[in-house]
Amino acid sequence: MIQHLTSLPVLLPMLTGIILLMPPCGKNKAIRRIASVTLGFITFFVSLALLFSVQTDGMQVYAIGNWSAPFGIVLVADPLSTLLVCLSALLGAVCVLYATAGDDEKGSFFHPLVHFLIFGVNGAFLTGDAFNLFVFFEVLLISSYALLMHGGDKKNTRAALQYVIMNLVGSAVFLIALGILYGVLGTLNMADMAQKVALLQGDDVYLAKIGGLLLIVVFALKGALLPLHLWLPNTYATAMPIVAALFAIMTKVGVYSMMRVYTFIFGEEAGQLTHMAQNWLWWLAVATIAMGALGVLASQDLRKLVANLVIVSVGTLVALVTVQTVEASSVAIYYLVHSTLVTAALFILADLIGHQRGKVADRITAGTPVSQPMLLGICFLIAAVAVIGMPPLSGFIAKIWLLKATWETEYGVIFWTLYLLASLAVLFAVAKAGSTLFWQHKATTNKHKISEHKLAEKAQQEGVHPAQLAALLILIAGAPLMSVFAGPLSEYAVGAATDLHNFNNNINIILLGGK
Amino acid sequence: MELLYAACVGLLVFCGVFLILRSRTFPVVLGLTMLSYAVNLFLFASGRLSLNSAVILGESTKYADPLPQAFVLTAIVIGFAMTAFVVILSIRGRADLGNDHVNGHVPENIKKGRV
Repeated sequence: MIQHLTSLPVLLPMLTGIILLMPPCGKNKAIRRIASVTLGFITFFVSLALLFSVQTDGMQVYAIGNWSAPFGIVLVADPLSTLLVCLSALLGAVCVLYATAGDDEKGSFFHPLVHFLIFGVNGAFLTGDAFNLFVFFEVLLISSYALLMHGGDKKNTRAALQYVIMNLVGSAVFLIALGILYGVLGTLNMADMAQKVALLQGDDVYLAKIGGLLLIVVFALKGALLPLHLWLPNTYATAMPIVAALFAIMTKVGVYSMMRVYTFIFGEEAGQLTHMAQNWLWWLAVATIAMGALGVLASQDLRKLVANLVIVSVGTLVALVTVQTVEASSVAIYYLVHSTLVTAALFILADLIGHQRGKVADRITAGTPVSQPMLLGICFLIAAVAVIGMPPLSGFIAKIWLLKATWETEYGVIFWTLYLLASLAVLFAVAKAGSTLFWQHKATTNKHKISEHKLAEKAQQEGVHPAQLAALLILIAGAPLMSVFAGPLSEYAVGAATDLHNFNNNINIILLGGK
Repeated sequence: MELLYAACVGLLVFCGVFLILRSRTFPVVLGLTMLSYAVNLFLFASGRLSLNSAVILGESTKYADPLPQAFVLTAIVIGFAMTAFVVILSIRGRADLGNDHVNGHVPENIKKGRV
């Protein structure tokens, strides 16, 4: 059992999805919900077990079907990938928990689809094979297509159609890139590719360069990097908020793949192709932060604002990936976890606030007050402080650390100026959104004064469901916890980044099966 | 043979990209299909083109690389599923939006008859 632990975070969500389709889960709503939430958390705990075993025994390689690398497909559980697997499993479990309050009945097959999405995401994190990465991308994409349409209306169909077409073109480009790389290198095992890239000579170098740069297009599309970010705000703002919260992990899959490809395969040891994508990615990342900040300022409703915050976080992450030092990669890992949790929490808050405000929903204008201002207000305050990056929460730690990591680089000054300006924009926009949503009520004052106790009644009627509250609190708790445990967490991040940059060790363990 | 093969792939990509850039869903779906054909052919060629060689070791002195064939098979299956999905989605889009434009509305100049 223990030697198969590495494969369980991939297999469990898939089996869960299948179980949920079959009777008795397929027929009975209550059983389906209980089974979905329980199995979701079991996946999370199994991922945690994998995390601890990787911490004690070091990196683990699982050869599927016992076909060893580079001939078979391997799953590679190193500190970075297991951390992200835990994150996605947690997010999946929290999302199904939240949806049991009623969102799952707005369409069919919500629970199986979420688990299939987690299956794809976990597979993409763990796989050590580039073609397998493509397959897991498709698994997570087809679930995301269906989830995007879940409980949707006309606007939703339009956004989904564009999203699907964009991603199909992206898949075609991905396959072309893989074809070129296979034709040149003769392998698609990532460790083997990394080894062979350095040995390329003559025209093959340029072919490999084309293949590697085409991969930028694919990962930029998945990760929503400028100029391929245009699908994101529309898609995330029209999807159901809980689905958007789950999608918070999907852009990170693109960033993670960039880390793997441009830090490991085309990293330090890649001969003539060392750091070939860095210049492209750097400027694209900086431009993405700028566009995201402008988008945040221009957003008319809370969900669009959060969607633009996702773009800012992607830009920041990619900028960190391009710096290519252990310190920058450590910050990227810490920031990745922080931003995923906070944006997911904000999407959920947007849903709850929009629900309680009735007709105006989550548009940032004066309207009906929310019925539970205390609870939602405090949660929003915590999430806002974290996302802006003000002390004392996790966003501040990440910000200080990433400023420190980028100062030494070539374009440090540009990055500092731009990033701090973007932070200011985010601070302004989020503060304005918060004060408008919670404090500015429509001027029908006399009506409101009478309805003091009516408001309390309303709060009881449409208050936050216990399942929703639990899900929200788990995500919100992430920010203070990441701040309290910043010491061990940052140590873990540094360890994970060191492993990512330790080229020879990775090759040894993956290809030769030992030290 | 290489030239003919490359020309076929190139032509398919050209047609695919041209059709994807159209504004109605039907040409876009056709374009995606063409592009996926081109990709499948391209993947197949990544194992080098050769005549009269099986993918079995020991049968003959020449043998073909089996891995690209496995890639193509996977890509065909996935491409098939995705095409089916996008066809259904476009039909739903036609019903929901009242027109078959990818952007969800008919541009002004087409409405007025000036194409």
